Amino acid sequence: MDTFASTNSTSQRELIESVVIRFAGDSGDGMQLTGSQFSDTTALMGNDLSTLPDFPAEIRAPAGTTFGVSGFQVHFAAHDIMTPGDAPDVLVAMNPAALKVNLRDLKPGGLLVVNTGAFTAGNLKKAGYDKNPLDDSSLDGYRLLKIDITKHTLQSVESFGLGNKEAVRAKNMWTLGLMMWMFGRERESTAEWLRGKFAKNPAVADANIAALNAGHVYGETAEMPQGIHAYEVPKAKLQEGHYRNVTGNEATAWGLLAGGKLAGLELMLGSYPITPASTILHYLSNLRAYGITTFQAEDEIAAVCAAIGASYAGALGITTTSGPGLALKTEAIGLAVTTELPLIIVDVQRGGPSTGLPTKTEQSDLLFAIYGRNGDCPLVVLAASTPGDCFTMAIEAVRLATKYMTPVILLTDGFLANSAEPWKIPDISSFEPFPVKQRTDPVGFHPFLRDPQTLARNWAIPGTPGLEHRIGGLEKSYDSGNISYDPDNHHKMVKVRAAKVAGVAEDVPLQAIDQGEDSGDLLVVGWGSTFGAISSAVLGARKAGLKVSHAHIRYMHPMPKNLGEVLRRFKHVLVPEMNNGMLVKILRSDFLIDARGLNKIAGQPFKIAEIEAEIRGLLASS
Amino acid sequence: MTPLDPPNPPLTRKDFTSDQEVRWCPGCGDYAILAAVQRMLPELGVRRENTVFISGIGCSSRFPYYMNTYGFHTIHGRAPAVATGLKLANPQLDVWLITGDGDGLSIGGNHLIHVLRRNLNLQIILFNNRIYGLTKGQYSPTSLLGKRSPSSPMGSVDNPIAPAAFALGCGARFVARGVDTDAKNLINTLKRAHEFQGTGFVEVFQNCPVFNDGAFDHFTAKDVAAQQQLHLEHGKPMRFGDGKGLRLRPGSLDIEVVTVGENEVTEADLLVHDETNRSQAFLLANLDPPTFPVAVGVLFCSDENLVPFEVGTHEQNKQARARGLGDLNALMRKGHTWKVDADHGDEAG
Repeated sequence: MDTFASTNSTSQRELIESVVIRFAGDSGDGMQLTGSQFSDTTALMGNDLSTLPDFPAEIRAPAGTTFGVSGFQVHFAAHDIMTPGDAPDVLVAMNPAALKVNLRDLKPGGLLVVNTGAFTAGNLKKAGYDKNPLDDSSLDGYRLLKIDITKHTLQSVESFGLGNKEAVRAKNMWTLGLMMWMFGRERESTAEWLRGKFAKNPAVADANIAALNAGHVYGETAEMPQGIHAYEVPKAKLQEGHYRNVTGNEATAWGLLAGGKLAGLELMLGSYPITPASTILHYLSNLRAYGITTFQAEDEIAAVCAAIGASYAGALGITTTSGPGLALKTEAIGLAVTTELPLIIVDVQRGGPSTGLPTKTEQSDLLFAIYGRNGDCPLVVLAASTPGDCFTMAIEAVRLATKYMTPVILLTDGFLANSAEPWKIPDISSFEPFPVKQRTDPVGFHPFLRDPQTLARNWAIPGTPGLEHRIGGLEKSYDSGNISYDPDNHHKMVKVRAAKVAGVAEDVPLQAIDQGEDSGDLLVVGWGSTFGAISSAVLGARKAGLKVSHAHIRYMHPMPKNLGEVLRRFKHVLVPEMNNGMLVKILRSDFLIDARGLNKIAGQPFKIAEIEAEIRGLLASS
Repeated sequence: MTPLDPPNPPLTRKDFTSDQEVRWCPGCGDYAILAAVQRMLPELGVRRENTVFISGIGCSSRFPYYMNTYGFHTIHGRAPAVATGLKLANPQLDVWLITGDGDGLSIGGNHLIHVLRRNLNLQIILFNNRIYGLTKGQYSPTSLLGKRSPSSPMGSVDNPIAPAAFALGCGARFVARGVDTDAKNLINTLKRAHEFQGTGFVEVFQNCPVFNDGAFDHFTAKDVAAQQQLHLEHGKPMRFGDGKGLRLRPGSLDIEVVTVGENEVTEADLLVHDETNRSQAFLLANLDPPTFPVAVGVLFCSDENLVPFEVGTHEQNKQARARGLGDLNALMRKGHTWKVDADHGDEAG
């Protein structure tokens, strides 16, 4: 578009390899939106990126307070990156509370953009400042860019006849415009998005676009303080292909649909709204054309029970939840284990215990997912390691659940759920289909007849003549499927259910070394969303000459059959986890090795430096 | 739902009887209900393979094991949720939900609320014996005040719930009652529930001879049944016993018992049963002996035609799939996407 033609003039731009920006403001300031628009544009411009949205559990916490601060961090680069960045190079603080909460993370000498218009006596007091930090020397260690963004925004939208409240609300677009100038981003895709979002109210769309442009013009024309200017981050080298940004929850939703297609099954999602899993329910409710029925149940228990009912009827039942919801579902999951019905449970982990930290990330449901049911109650547990990997692992969940007639828990977490990364869009036709065959032959039938290879029982569904049968939570006879209280039979059935799930290990990829040699001084073993931070930390340590490797586990139960062997080839094993030590406990008990934990339970992902420091410390002291 | 052709040759009671030994206590009311259902199904002309019995936990919930149909003995209180998923996955199935006063109204009360208000097209038979049987005799949510039991040795102070009134309060559109030993009327009532397009809720007064024997004798025993039961028939005056009937007490919304021919009361004064009237059904659901008879038969059958939940859901699915199943590859390539070509890769490298 002509109007945006000057955006990419690079004549005076300083070339940089990567940058981390954090947008921070009130939860009503539209920071998530600003950040995601910046990220979308950045992806379109060919950079690699990773994002970290961080918002409070309250929808609109009281304005101006520190607990109402919402942040969105985006890391983008001219090279391959895997984390949202340890510390921001640029902090945009829309009010004093945002400054107060986020300043400690800003790199020394980092660029600090503040909206002076929000630094009123009232806001300063709410944020806990005795005096205005913009007026003293407390920010001397940073490059400070003070702009009355509120005033500039109001001027830029004056002609559109908006009320004051609506006019002020456009300040996030003004700020976005300024940052787009600073980092040479195109504005057109945001303008297009605004036109779509406010299609019914074009004046609001136009006003926001005007604010966006005004912020950009301000950057171009205003005289900037010493040391503040425009930058260029060249395109990253990405593998050839068709890309988009994807979050973990989007990728999970699409992966489930892809799995259903590959299995040739209709899907039925039973779900109850819970943070941070709800968006999977939202996405899938919009995608009923793609072979899924969605049901918002009255509670978590009903959600999983409806999924079980659907699987009994011959569809594939799915339920999506987070920790407290998984707790409520445990009895029903046990029913699916003992009736040997396929079922997918997606647990988007969040800070616990109890209600815990609903909007923050954690990996503390691992032991619960593997062991947390009454009785000997084995099932398959998988974990996705990146937003894009949620797609692949959701397909794996469908494949294993239907092939082995077993519930599968897919673990993701709040970070994966909301974080976006450029994703090479897969071609569904490149996946091997795994069509499901339901039983129709009445000859020799009983409901717990097993496939000799997989030990999976045959799936006979209501509506099939001649296969009428009863199943339930009571123990079943191995030989007939009828109720049995026979002691030896129970022993046998517990063993056979365990053997069936253990046998899945024969059907999953061997554990690979993701980076480094297959033996050495130290193996860093991770699972889930820590992939990026561990990978980057190991890369750093290896550049410094340390004999470190990285292995990331995606099949949590059963684990790949060569895992013990892989672990034993290293002198030390370090297990960074966002919990109080869960995978490390399993590795120690299953493989009798002296694995050590590195635990961060802060509701925030690991920083690369935290893991790298531990690697160096461990190798220095050994 | 397109009705399937009835089986040919027609099935018999025996065809619906499974090979499993029935394990209820001798004399349990559950036997009579099982027999009534096994007698009724052939008369409905339904197919075994299309019929599913789903239950929760408790004595009554063993029911599916004895039916030679599809059956799922689920977990305590959750049968309505399992049945909801089953109907959503396959609305063609003919689903009977078996529950009890503890399973349906205590641990599973929440699910019962929602299955009733959603009006799924299925039948619910709630066996009400006013006691926990399988856990050995504790009081239940329908046990009367003062009930002595292992967990209420001084008598229950737990105010009971009236299942039919509960169902009406949940927005149920078909609410009926029957007595375990009155097979003829029970079968007719169950048939009406089956015919209803939506959730057919039937409370059955069921005697537990071991832990709560005779709980309903005061209106079900042969010598008092006629005096103490009001058999409801749509469009017929509410008469029972020897010339007795019900009328609205003039100037109020209360029901009173009157005798035709006494105090100038005539047949014309009696209430006429209108099964489409929810308010009247509420009054009937709350009548208790000794002052009143117990109303049995169809208390309420809505004529409002609310689309059953699974039917509405599938209509939406159909709408969403009007142009065929979506192409997932195309979906993932919609919106903001970009292409990286091999040249660029080389260049940037």
